[in-house]
Amino acid sequence: MHGLAPTGGTSLAVEGISVAYPNGHLALRDASFSLEPGTICGLVGINGSGKSTLFKAIMGLVRPARGQVRIGGQPVQAALKRNLVAYVPQAEEVDWSFPVGVRDVVMMGRYGHMNILRIPRAADHKAVDAALDRVGMSNLAERQIGELSGGQRKRVFLARALAQGGQLLLLDEPFTGVDVTTEEAIIDLLKALRLEGKIILVSTHNLGSVPTFCDQVVLVNRTVLAAGPTERIFTGENLLRAFGGALRQHSLPEAPRAHGPLEAGHVVVLSDDERPLVMAPDGRVLGRLTQDL
Amino acid sequence: MSELLIPFEYDYMLRAMGISALVGAVAGLLSCYVVLKGWSLMGDALSHAIVPGVVLAWLGGIPFAVGAFASGLLAALAMAGLRGRTPIREDAVIGVVFTGFFGLGLFLLSLFPSNVRLQTIIFGNVLGIADADIIQMAIIAGVVALVLAIRGRDLMLSLFDPVQLVAAGGSPGRMRVLLLMLLAATAVAGLQAVGAVLVIGMLVTPGATAYLLADRFGRMAAIATVIGTTTGLAGAYASYFLDGSTGGSIVALQAAIFVVVLVFAPKHGIRATRRATAAAVAEGAA
Ligand SMILES: Nc1ncnc2c1ncn2[C@@H]1O[C@H](COP(=O)(O)OP(=O)(O)O)[C@@H](O)[C@H]1O
Ligand SMILES: [Mg+2]
Repeated sequence: MHGLAPTGGTSLAVEGISVAYPNGHLALRDASFSLEPGTICGLVGINGSGKSTLFKAIMGLVRPARGQVRIGGQPVQAALKRNLVAYVPQAEEVDWSFPVGVRDVVMMGRYGHMNILRIPRAADHKAVDAALDRVGMSNLAERQIGELSGGQRKRVFLARALAQGGQLLLLDEPFTGVDVTTEEAIIDLLKALRLEGKIILVSTHNLGSVPTFCDQVVLVNRTVLAAGPTERIFTGENLLRAFGGALRQHSLPEAPRAHGPLEAGHVVVLSDDERPLVMAPDGRVLGRLTQDL
Repeated sequence: MSELLIPFEYDYMLRAMGISALVGAVAGLLSCYVVLKGWSLMGDALSHAIVPGVVLAWLGGIPFAVGAFASGLLAALAMAGLRGRTPIREDAVIGVVFTGFFGLGLFLLSLFPSNVRLQTIIFGNVLGIADADIIQMAIIAGVVALVLAIRGRDLMLSLFDPVQLVAAGGSPGRMRVLLLMLLAATAVAGLQAVGAVLVIGMLVTPGATAYLLADRFGRMAAIATVIGTTTGLAGAYASYFLDGSTGGSIVALQAAIFVVVLVFAPKHGIRATRRATAAAVAEGAA
């Protein structure tokens, strides 16, 4: 896909899945997309559009009523047994007062590599140390997880995914509640993992940063509306389709001309959070806004 | 002084103290999982639901542990079956099922008022336990401890982050069933030490106390086990002088330790948190 992909990585194929919850709510209908090794893909959609549900289906936590997910050509269960899928949970899903330390959490990434007693061996300790080092958390390894800042908390779970060494990385809203420095550090790490041939699937409703690091985009709203290369999919027209009325649109008719290359009256700013996206009238993405309007 | 050593001179006292300490240790260890899972009510329900099984097992002439375990699992199944199938909330379902089972048990028991062995099992009197029952309790405690030694880490992961357990190729659903079975088994063993009404104390209080004292699971488990062991031993010892009220002394002792820790725990105690809040406010004002 983007030339850097080493051969032999694991591919992901979501083939026409429909997912209904026990209460009868159809969260996804006939959703399909596929990804090749060495890809960062943004999973973009409003709250409740089914991003987390899609993750759950990829991890086999919900069974699709129709369709299937294949990881490296295998069913999900087989891929899980081979430790191919690593995930980073949404911050609000973690019990931060649970009696575990940073190192314990990262070690959980190694459980699948251990025998039934889950007693770590030298290789496991080495992988944990390396992962902690890579996210810059070695000096905080002995902290209880509740004693960390938002950005540090995110890094711990990233380190756990690294220690696991999966080929497919699922990150659910990794940038929510994280400062810009941490966001950039996470993005750098994801880019490095892409070079290692991994598939990284990142759900976000933070539109501004998507074009800066995603080579592929999957737009969801209770199904996959569009999927493919960012340049082709991440357009104003598609985003309006995915987000509908949930986006705030600011046109800038009165903006003074002196403000750089963006011509007044021709620019649209789309945002549903703190980092809005700036688009030309033809739907081209011009960039992200760094200052508030 | 020598009067205090008298309990150690009797074989039956040594056995009672030994088995109480063993059951206390295992229940204490398990209580960490119960507390972290938020299953205190479930534990209470299970420990009451095993009572009719004990009476029926005695009637049928099978080991009481088998009957108790079966009736506990039946109650758990009933609760799981009703959940999601009725609009009634889960706590109401648990309440109805466990009082239903317990009521049935007490009714059956009232048909045999003079049976001392049944009274002992259900209301707990570790001094009056038959040797065969001590062996049953020891076997159950040993099996629970062994299972926790083997599967404890997965069980802990299923409480902290069930999705990660899935990513490691495990099954949170299976861990849920495992915890339920361990809970039922330990309740059966604890029954004779402290009685059906109080066994939940042994399955919650040590874990809750240890939670206030530890920031790591290993430490929490160690503290809870020590509390369970020492209170089990001390309770049985005290019951020699208090004439049979083992359950009361074990659980009251555990509650007393909990209260002390609740107030004085170095980090999560009431005094410590109050001091920390005051310090933060003072710092903000300075
Ligand atoms: N366990 C559940 N039971 C019933 N409905 C659910 C459940 N989880 C999510 N949903 C519903 O499915 C839809 C998609 O949710 P989700 O996948 O969490 O969206 P997102 O992650 O994009 O915000 C929402 O309407 C949500 O209310
Ligand atoms: Mg979500």
